[in-house]
Amino acid sequence: MLIDSLNIKALDQLRDGRVSMKRTLRVLAFLMLALPVTGWTAGGGFPLQQAATDVSNTGSLQRGAANFVNYCMGCHSAKYVRYNRLAADLQISEDQLVNSLMFTGGKPFDTMSIAMPPADAERWFGAVPPDLSLIARSRGTDFLYTFLKSFYVDESRPTGFNNMVMESVAMPHVLWELQGVQQAVFVESDHGGNAPPVFEGFELVEPGLLTPEQYDRFVLDLVNFLEYIGEPVQLQRRQLGVWVLAFLLVFGLLAYALKNEVWADVK
Amino acid sequence: MNSGRQEAAEVSLMSRFAGKLGDLVDWIDARFPLTKMLKEHATEYYAAKNFNFWYVFGVLAIVVLIIQLFTGIFLTMSYKPDAEKAFASVEYIMRDVEWGWLIRYMHSTGASAFFIVVYLHMFRGMMYGSYKNPRELLWIIGMLIYVALMAEGFLGYLLPWGQMSYWGAQVIVSLFGAVPGIGPDLVEWIRGDYFISDITLNRFFALHVIAVPLALIMLVVIHILALHETGSLNPDGIEIKERKGADGIPLDGIAFHPYYTAKDLVAIVIFLAAFSGVLFFAPEMGGYFLEHANFEPANQLKTPEHIAPVWYYTPFYAILRAVPSKGLGALLMALAIVLLFFLPWLDRCKVKSIRYRGWTFKLALTTFAVSFVSLGYLGLQPAVEPFVTITRIFTVLYFAFFLAMPIYTRFEKTKPVPERVTYEH
Repeated sequence: MLIDSLNIKALDQLRDGRVSMKRTLRVLAFLMLALPVTGWTAGGGFPLQQAATDVSNTGSLQRGAANFVNYCMGCHSAKYVRYNRLAADLQISEDQLVNSLMFTGGKPFDTMSIAMPPADAERWFGAVPPDLSLIARSRGTDFLYTFLKSFYVDESRPTGFNNMVMESVAMPHVLWELQGVQQAVFVESDHGGNAPPVFEGFELVEPGLLTPEQYDRFVLDLVNFLEYIGEPVQLQRRQLGVWVLAFLLVFGLLAYALKNEVWADVK
Repeated sequence: MNSGRQEAAEVSLMSRFAGKLGDLVDWIDARFPLTKMLKEHATEYYAAKNFNFWYVFGVLAIVVLIIQLFTGIFLTMSYKPDAEKAFASVEYIMRDVEWGWLIRYMHSTGASAFFIVVYLHMFRGMMYGSYKNPRELLWIIGMLIYVALMAEGFLGYLLPWGQMSYWGAQVIVSLFGAVPGIGPDLVEWIRGDYFISDITLNRFFALHVIAVPLALIMLVVIHILALHETGSLNPDGIEIKERKGADGIPLDGIAFHPYYTAKDLVAIVIFLAAFSGVLFFAPEMGGYFLEHANFEPANQLKTPEHIAPVWYYTPFYAILRAVPSKGLGALLMALAIVLLFFLPWLDRCKVKSIRYRGWTFKLALTTFAVSFVSLGYLGLQPAVEPFVTITRIFTVLYFAFFLAMPIYTRFEKTKPVPERVTYEH
């Protein structure tokens, strides 16, 4: 029934050779799952896992970039990020960049924008998927890491999945193929009575293409990439900082010697 | 022999150059009081020789002011004061403008650094009685600088057009609605619209880059002129001008230049090291200097769960929230700042420095400092128990410091003040 309300023109645009067939199918799969639902609502106090990100790990960033382009960019843009900056920082050649990261054509100095019109996105998902350029800075990497690992099957949701970090999230579980399907296990509260059941943990009920360890790695690479695009200059910033502090140390010692020289006659 | 001749030639060249420079200075002096001003404000401006580290924050405030003015000019070259473009232009500065990230972080770190040094500078004044006769006007000018600085910070915080920029401005501007009678009209007049909009952004930009900086620079010049008229006080609270040598120079005084220029240079380098430590290694400072929510573009349909102003306003924000009535809260908040202006007259004790004052003042000042810092912390927390009750207690203590001051300072048991400053080489 949703397919009726789809904007056929937009789909044609998507299919017009600018998007790989696999990705088109994936987009279609989302659309069929997605019904207009509530937007991003606040997460309760679900404990966040620490994301051991390391933006100096270029290999991880390269994998994260591929993960991002393949799985996130169907719906999410990173409109402040330039492809060629990415390539330079991640040590990717221009050929590799064009062939493996830029599916939508365009020029290397373009930003990572997407073709999905916001109005359509709103109609399909109930909320416009946010631009992810700065998501690691606004939400934090621990949040993103835990969020992507906390989808669980919930038939009451239009997408068939719910999320422990962000209840009733509009976003479908894009990575379910990789992670598999997990169930949230609740046990009765110790407090008894009408106290709500307590979350105990996740249980994998249908294995995915990746083992849990591989999936964790996949998500970590992705979150690492998101941290990098939040502030592409961060590595150079820290490197420059060391030189600045070293200079100030030397200059400070000279200034201190000068002060002592000038003050020698003050009794 | 040849090298000797060469040396002589070099010396004569240098002395000729020095001679030319002297001629130039003479030429200027006949037309502008250059040498006279340098003498008055540097080489023959005498300050007590016993300044401790509390006395560096005035100079550091000037350093930060220069950083802010300089980086602000460069930011203005790439920033777009347009609700549709502002957020993106900041990211453009951060990502695409050559060294833009450095300029922007210097400016954002500078904003917090400005308040840190100014708060310490003010506290120095309170400890050593820098506001007392004959420096009342100096203190008031300083307070005007502080108020201008708060306005400058507030106006500037809207410009990145993030969620916290937007909703912070929304909360603060709506406070003017508490003014009796004209409140709602006043709020509309400030915003120039029925809500914080592109119009508000444009006028805040104008005020932030022209009006308030202009006022700040003029006030700082007046502040320094007033300071050099009365002379700086010192940690002993002794007027060094009262004891002069045969040459008319205060016995405990040393020339600002070269003595304090050399000493302040060391302080400036230490400050810049701390500043760089934040700028290069923790520019967000854990979300206190750059709030996490501000990395999300302003959205007038989505109120953030938790709105807190930047840390330097939170003591006053806590006072505002301590009162259930918005009108009374806003009044108390304003009073918390206004009372500081009256410090020179609330304090009845003749002794200036805390070194020679009684235990009552020491206790009161400590209570004040603890209250101010605690309120700053509480202003960042959500308004729930037990924070609300604790906030109320510290609010009472904050006001008690000022309102009870005429009483506890009048009957203070002070220690004898020495005739000369204490200085150990």
